Amino acid sequence: MAIIPTTASGIAAAIASKQISAREVIDSYLAQITARESDIHAFNLVTADAARAHADAIDADIAAGRPIGPLAGVPIAIKDNLCTHGVETTCSSKILEGWKPPYDATVVSRLRDAGAIMVGKTNLDEFAMGSSTENSAFGPTRNPLDTSRVPGGSSGGSAAAVAAGFAPVSLGSDTGGSIRQPAAMCGVVGVKPTYGLVSRYGLCAYASSLDQVGPFATTVADAALITEAIAGHDAMDSTSIPQPAPALVASVSQGVAGMRIGRVTDLPAGAEPEVIARLNEAFATLEAAGATIVDVTLPSLSYALTAYYLIAPAEASSNLARYDGVRYGLRVNAVDTNSMYGATRAAGFGDEVKRRIMLGTYALSAGYYDAYYGKALKVRRLIAEDFERAYAQVEVILTPTSPVVAFPFGDKVDDPMAMYLCDIYTIPTNLAGHPAMSVPFGTGAHGMPVGIQVLAPALGEAPMFRVGGALENAAGGVK
Amino acid sequence: MSPSGTPISAADVAKVARLARLDIDEANVVHFTEQLAKVIGHFSDIDALDLSGVGPMTQPFPLVNVLREDIEQPCLDTDEVLAAAPSSDQRRFRVPPIIGLDD
Repeated sequence: MAIIPTTASGIAAAIASKQISAREVIDSYLAQITARESDIHAFNLVTADAARAHADAIDADIAAGRPIGPLAGVPIAIKDNLCTHGVETTCSSKILEGWKPPYDATVVSRLRDAGAIMVGKTNLDEFAMGSSTENSAFGPTRNPLDTSRVPGGSSGGSAAAVAAGFAPVSLGSDTGGSIRQPAAMCGVVGVKPTYGLVSRYGLCAYASSLDQVGPFATTVADAALITEAIAGHDAMDSTSIPQPAPALVASVSQGVAGMRIGRVTDLPAGAEPEVIARLNEAFATLEAAGATIVDVTLPSLSYALTAYYLIAPAEASSNLARYDGVRYGLRVNAVDTNSMYGATRAAGFGDEVKRRIMLGTYALSAGYYDAYYGKALKVRRLIAEDFERAYAQVEVILTPTSPVVAFPFGDKVDDPMAMYLCDIYTIPTNLAGHPAMSVPFGTGAHGMPVGIQVLAPALGEAPMFRVGGALENAAGGVK
Repeated sequence: MSPSGTPISAADVAKVARLARLDIDEANVVHFTEQLAKVIGHFSDIDALDLSGVGPMTQPFPLVNVLREDIEQPCLDTDEVLAAAPSSDQRRFRVPPIIGLDD
């Protein structure tokens, strides 16, 4: 039996050169899903039959000498808040259970055009609201490295799918860290691109000024490859940056010699000591590889959590108004429309979604708008200005991704503030609209993986991937 | 604590739930009030900041109005869209009476 490569780039190359068939690859990954999915619950839906049919079609194209896409035959798992035409898309919410979108998200159609094969829709915290995947209406995802622990969230299913070998790559969405934090907790690579670099068309909106789609992968090069495939202007998203997708894979192996890398001297406290130790080792590694470490300050960073938990719920309260029992999803019948709305939304949404909708409605309500939402928008400006000053001195900044390693189930689920603090290092990026990635870098408490976060200014993906690649090279030597 | 010095009350939560079209029973109002008060309490940290002269930032980058070319393009299939609706009638979404029976 042929050996199946573990990376997307390796699979694409092996299939294109006819060393293995797309069917052999997909069967191998589906077998891994069959073996372990009942323990992990990474997926809301596994699309095995469609995946095999797609693989057979690619093999037929290859046999007939027809052209194939650059990702032909690469299995990919898709977060279940990305619309897939005719394939159930739930956002892990009872309010959308059974909904089959009438169109594909742009990222989904771009991946299919490139030849990637969807293996399934991955579990998430309901409507991407959460940091552990415990808020899914269909049950939590378990961390493949220790099934007594959470995989992080909200894209916990997509992170776990890659960590468990269910797919070499996956897509998630990141509003306040929902790609990077689960990537860190599951020991894989996760990328949140610059706001507007990747189309949001067909991504079920949570907080539209913060949401961005990005990849999970086992290698930095694969993450760059998938970012290239999904990036670039889309007329269907009015916030899409009108530029073609950048070339990024080449950056990964360029090294960091001569680069200036920022160390935040006023980083908000709260990280576990092992996490800080790994961060310091990361700086030492990059310095040894020829980079210069420069101290920077980001004095407004500690206020980012407040700004985020006002802005994101405010936008969510508006975005989630569409789930009203009229056009799709659940309806609880009642005597008039207002009663129907209230009963439908009470039955369809889980507690965290209700909390954020109420929080956002409160922040936007008369008498509180200026005190809460208006103020949060000004704090957002201060954070963006802090970054602007820092990026005048450095090309990228390094921080931990998550202050803590993956925690046991139930630890924080009924204490929203404790859960929100998991996002303290990832949130500022989204407020500024910048790119950032998490790269696995050794382990912390309980032997669980630690992720180092590389932050870069808007459209700074190339330097970000250079540093990500250097960290990956060094990570093998870290405990 | 809000800048006005009052934590969110159960009456506030009940009102907000009504505005957000979320039916919530009394026991849950109490539960949510406790949790939201804790979160809103954290928000008072920004009261210490001097934000005079700082402009609000609503988007990462300035938004420009985007209009597509005025060319006819295929749109969503009406039957497919209506098939996903809880109820439809005569190619329209069907809803209960809009005029309230309770207020």
